[in-house]
Amino acid sequence: MSLKLKKGVNKQSAYNLRDPNLDYEAAHTLSIIVDNESGVLARVIGLFSGRGYNIDSLTVAEVDPNGHRSRITIVTTGTPKVVNQIKAQLNRMVPVHKVIDLTLKGKAVQRELAIFKVVGTGNQRVESLRLADVFRAKVVDSTLKSFTFELTGTSEKIDAFAELMAPLGLNEIARTGIVALLRGDNSS
Amino acid sequence: MTQANKITGAEIVIKALIDQGVDTVFGYPGGAILPIYDELFQQKKIKHILVRHEQAATHAAEGYARSTGKIGVVFVTSGPGATNSVTGLTDALMDSVPIVVISGQVPTFMIGNDAFQEADTVGITRPCTKHNWLVKDTNKLAETIHKAFEVAGTGRPGPVLVDVPKDVQFASGCYTKKNEINKTFIKKEPSIDLNMLDEAINRLELAERPIIYSGGGVINSGQSAVNSLRNLVAGTNFPITSTLMGLGSYPASGKNWLGMLGMHGTYEANMSMHGCDFMLCIGARFDDRITGRIDAFSPNSYKVHIDIDPSSINKNITVEAPLIGDVSHILRTLTTRWKERGSKIKKKKLETWWKSINDWKAVKSLGYENSSNVIKPQYAVQRLEELTKSYNRFVSTEVGQHQMWAAQFMGFEEPNRWMTSGGLGTMGYGFPASIGIQIAHPNSLVINVAGEASWLMNMQELGTAVQYRLPVKQFILNNERLGMVRQWQELLHGERYSHSWSDALPDFVKLAEAYGVKGIRCEDPTNLDDCIREMIDYPGPVIFDCLVEKHENCFPMIPSGKAHNEMILGEQTEDNRISDDGAVLV
Ligand SMILES: Cc1ncc(C[n+]2csc(CCOP(=O)(O)OP(=O)(O)O)c2C)c(N)n1
Ligand SMILES: [Mg+2]
Repeated sequence: MSLKLKKGVNKQSAYNLRDPNLDYEAAHTLSIIVDNESGVLARVIGLFSGRGYNIDSLTVAEVDPNGHRSRITIVTTGTPKVVNQIKAQLNRMVPVHKVIDLTLKGKAVQRELAIFKVVGTGNQRVESLRLADVFRAKVVDSTLKSFTFELTGTSEKIDAFAELMAPLGLNEIARTGIVALLRGDNSS
Repeated sequence: MTQANKITGAEIVIKALIDQGVDTVFGYPGGAILPIYDELFQQKKIKHILVRHEQAATHAAEGYARSTGKIGVVFVTSGPGATNSVTGLTDALMDSVPIVVISGQVPTFMIGNDAFQEADTVGITRPCTKHNWLVKDTNKLAETIHKAFEVAGTGRPGPVLVDVPKDVQFASGCYTKKNEINKTFIKKEPSIDLNMLDEAINRLELAERPIIYSGGGVINSGQSAVNSLRNLVAGTNFPITSTLMGLGSYPASGKNWLGMLGMHGTYEANMSMHGCDFMLCIGARFDDRITGRIDAFSPNSYKVHIDIDPSSINKNITVEAPLIGDVSHILRTLTTRWKERGSKIKKKKLETWWKSINDWKAVKSLGYENSSNVIKPQYAVQRLEELTKSYNRFVSTEVGQHQMWAAQFMGFEEPNRWMTSGGLGTMGYGFPASIGIQIAHPNSLVINVAGEASWLMNMQELGTAVQYRLPVKQFILNNERLGMVRQWQELLHGERYSHSWSDALPDFVKLAEAYGVKGIRCEDPTNLDDCIREMIDYPGPVIFDCLVEKHENCFPMIPSGKAHNEMILGEQTEDNRISDDGAVLV
């Protein structure tokens, strides 16, 4: 029996009795531990494209060179039903060892690194440097007409910085996509 | 290991297969797999069946696997050999059939150069295998092949592919024995959720209108699952229906049998699914051919779903009690606990439920109008059933109306006797599958119930049947139509029969004779029995060209987009026209 609560109610609520299959979509950050073998990323991506799931962000690198394990961090959006499917499908894959839904597991640290090239002279240039300082972005390269900033933070912070830099001569951005780990002393 | 202990990659392949207990391989040679064929030539333990097309090798391996419970093995060469295996791999993936395909590949140093007969085989087959491997080091070859067998056969079974470059076949390397491999890659089966199980038993005990809906998973799980299912049905007196893939797990002659459910299932099976208050789904996956319109599917039931694959749970239909694990294990535990608790059921209510079911049965939804001057396809299948059911018999089918009629009118008393392409619906499956079955069961009666159009898709396998003296019976319901397509065009597309004629058909009897096999043509219902007997008695392959009514439709039918209780029982009337919404569905 399901209570007909309003869509999108706070999932932390103590009155959280809503049907788990409500059709509202939410972003989930999945941390996937896989064998670092050839083709593994293609398998994971192929699963998403083949079954019509979204990928909002994806990062991958080897994290255990001895065990040849990589961590793939994927941010995906879907209804609870779809996200459960994604996790079950991922878990079926032979090189997949673990799938952790950081969004459901509790609080996670989520970070992204971005590099911004801002081109300008005079006041604009000074202003960009001042704002970079406020955001604690580092200058990693500069010419007389440009700065290249490195910034680490949540995706929101990077979005905000990009927005501020836009009128100041923002020329190019490179972003890594999200990496994330659970907070606390437990491994996930 | 010293150089002396090393053997070539090609030898490793053969040795690993023998180690795995393989006695039969279906295949087709070519440049990139020649070293392996050379080894094959120099040994006696593995029998190789030379098919006439690689697709047929994969379907033959499927027939072999499904009729024995063993793993089917296929050899193909690189490039076109590998791409020809894609349909069979996909078919096996959809129907959870364990097969291992070993493909030759261009030498490692040429990969990526568009070499002759190079194809990105692991790339192409990634989405249609449970897993696949490209082996670049001869020392890893044995281990990879053993892993491939483990992956194919454990959990939910499925196809795998091992791609072996030619230089890896030639190079020497160490052999790893089957029992020496590290098995940590195998997914562990979760332990049974006993709370969930008890909750399911509570509901079972209180069920007033129960139904058991079983699928291919029961057969894949093996004989003990089949026995447990039969015990449960006998113990509870619950009605049971099965999917196309599940036929035979409960005997067709059993008193609780309602026939197949789904798009062309019986009225009683579908109405019971719709009206039940307790559904026990065992090793089936709520496929769209089963559910009909999702939001109207069995609206008032508590659903228990037993499945070894967690991704099958809540995929199409949300269930109250998922039980993840091997069917045989869970069913045994469920039955034992239910018995310990006193084998309770709602006996009175169940009797009332059976009364409704018997009323639905009385509708005789498989009824058809017979004819004395033309063979009705349903009649042909009925006579085939009558005259062959006492034999040690295996049946495969192609895809189309004939397939549905075979499912409706043939009765299977045991599992692994019925081989058909369910999930993928592959025309051309049945003939090669019948070859694989006959190889595994040389003394049994193997019949492929075929449509003329499907059968032509792999007719080249006549050569294989003749070469290996396989007395497979090709029972072709020849309506000179892509019958199922024609039926949909009649019901959905305003009777515009766009390209659904089987034009320029061969003379099947002459075709048989060209291959030196027996051809029988039958067009008169009064001769049908004699002709079928002649087919059975003939000690070799037979092509039976059964000329049937050309415009017969397969009923009952749940049109796309409709619910179980909206079945069409017979010819079209205004109010059972398929809606526009339904028309976009397949
Ligand atoms: C490889 C393939 N191509 C197309 C289809 C679509 N299709 C489904 S049934 C059918 C007609 C089959 O005709 P036939 O084998 O003569 O069987 P009938 O329906 O006439 O009994 C077709 C074309 C398919 N299932 N498989
Ligand atoms: Mg036909």
